[in-house]
Amino acid sequence: MTYEFSLIFEKFPIFIPAAFETLKITAASILLGVVIGLIAAFGRLSKHKLSYYPATFYITIVRGTPILLQLFVVYYGLANIVRLDPYLSAVIAFGAHNGAYIAEIFRGAILSIHKGQMEAARSIGMTHFQAMWRIILPQAFKRAVPPLGNQFIIATKDSSLASTIAVRELLLKSQQLGSSTFRFMEYLLIAGLYYLIITAVLGFFVHKLERRLAVSER
Amino acid sequence: MVEVISLNKSFGNNKVLHDIQLTVSEGEVVVIIGPSGSGKSTLLRCINFLETSDSGDILIDSQVIDHKEKTINQMRQNVGMVFQHFYLFPHRTVLENIIEGPTQVKKLNKQEAILLAEELLDKVDLKDKKDVYPDMLSGGQKQRVAIARTLAMKPKVILFDEPTSALDPELVGEVLNVMKQLAKEGMTMLVVTHEMGFAREVADRVIFMDEGRIVEEGDPESFFGNPQNERAQAFLSCIL
Repeated sequence: MTYEFSLIFEKFPIFIPAAFETLKITAASILLGVVIGLIAAFGRLSKHKLSYYPATFYITIVRGTPILLQLFVVYYGLANIVRLDPYLSAVIAFGAHNGAYIAEIFRGAILSIHKGQMEAARSIGMTHFQAMWRIILPQAFKRAVPPLGNQFIIATKDSSLASTIAVRELLLKSQQLGSSTFRFMEYLLIAGLYYLIITAVLGFFVHKLERRLAVSER
Repeated sequence: MVEVISLNKSFGNNKVLHDIQLTVSEGEVVVIIGPSGSGKSTLLRCINFLETSDSGDILIDSQVIDHKEKTINQMRQNVGMVFQHFYLFPHRTVLENIIEGPTQVKKLNKQEAILLAEELLDKVDLKDKKDVYPDMLSGGQKQRVAIARTLAMKPKVILFDEPTSALDPELVGEVLNVMKQLAKEGMTMLVVTHEMGFAREVADRVIFMDEGRIVEEGDPESFFGNPQNERAQAFLSCIL
């Protein structure tokens, strides 16, 4: 059987619903990851043991185990307690996974801001929270954008793991069509093209944001 | 205005302030000089609690400042600080830097804060720079903005921590001129500096610190003309 590469163009549109599913999982897990990441970053930066240790524990666990295992723990492992549908399982597992990496990105960015900025803000009478929110975080966010963009691209590609628990996203779609027609290569290439397009667009916007934020950068 | 009573401070095993006693009266300009590592900056930083002292008290306006967050924040509204490296907020324009304190801390409305900021920018001769980012300013201009930012809180006393040490030599004068103007207007100032000309001309009192102790103190004329302490003599002979 020879490859029929014309199939790639012919069948390209039928992947659109699956592409939306990929986008949905990615967007939701990034959003969840940013929220968890911010909280965990502050936990890691805190002097209080009750904040520092749980945050450190969480990050160690997530970074030290495979993302596929984490997905299975949420989907299969928790099934005895709560039966989550595949989509929700994927969002929770990937959200928690991204959260750990995003936490370290935020933590690094916050630590990279010179401590004089905090001192100057405190010296005009601002509270620690005000100084953090209005002076440190806006500057830290700017520095976090490039690594965050990187993490978002990783998150996009990692969402393909949801195919293993039957979320109808790009990779699952290509596997299903591939196995029913034995034209794996053609359908895998279609999925690959979609991932390329999504990550390229994401990269473009991150780069644009970087440039826009750089206008007021020293 | 400012009273420091028996202040002690160590960093680990390194004792940097030994039983410091210091009073600054209202309207007085006190200049602290001394070799590096003598504790000058640490003393200033202890006064507004950027460093926490090990023992001793700080009184501002005859009120003891306890170590509670709220008291400290309240105190800082009255005690301004100007840093060696300016620490302007790089993501805010000059004007935004200056109105940050009044609007966020004093809850002044924005229009009033802007009027105040423009007045202060006029005073430090930077009115035309109000909409630029700190990045676009020279060191001397940055420090003048930093002084305006401090003044916007209408402090009762300003602590200057080597305000001209990070500047190119030709930019030192413009900052010192602003400080002289403030002194003339009766601002209470505590200045750590290596600018002996400024000390001689503007200070009401000069304090010499060495190894964490105040070892000599007097009016500029007698201090520079006839220093008593050996270390002060050696120090002055090196730099004058």
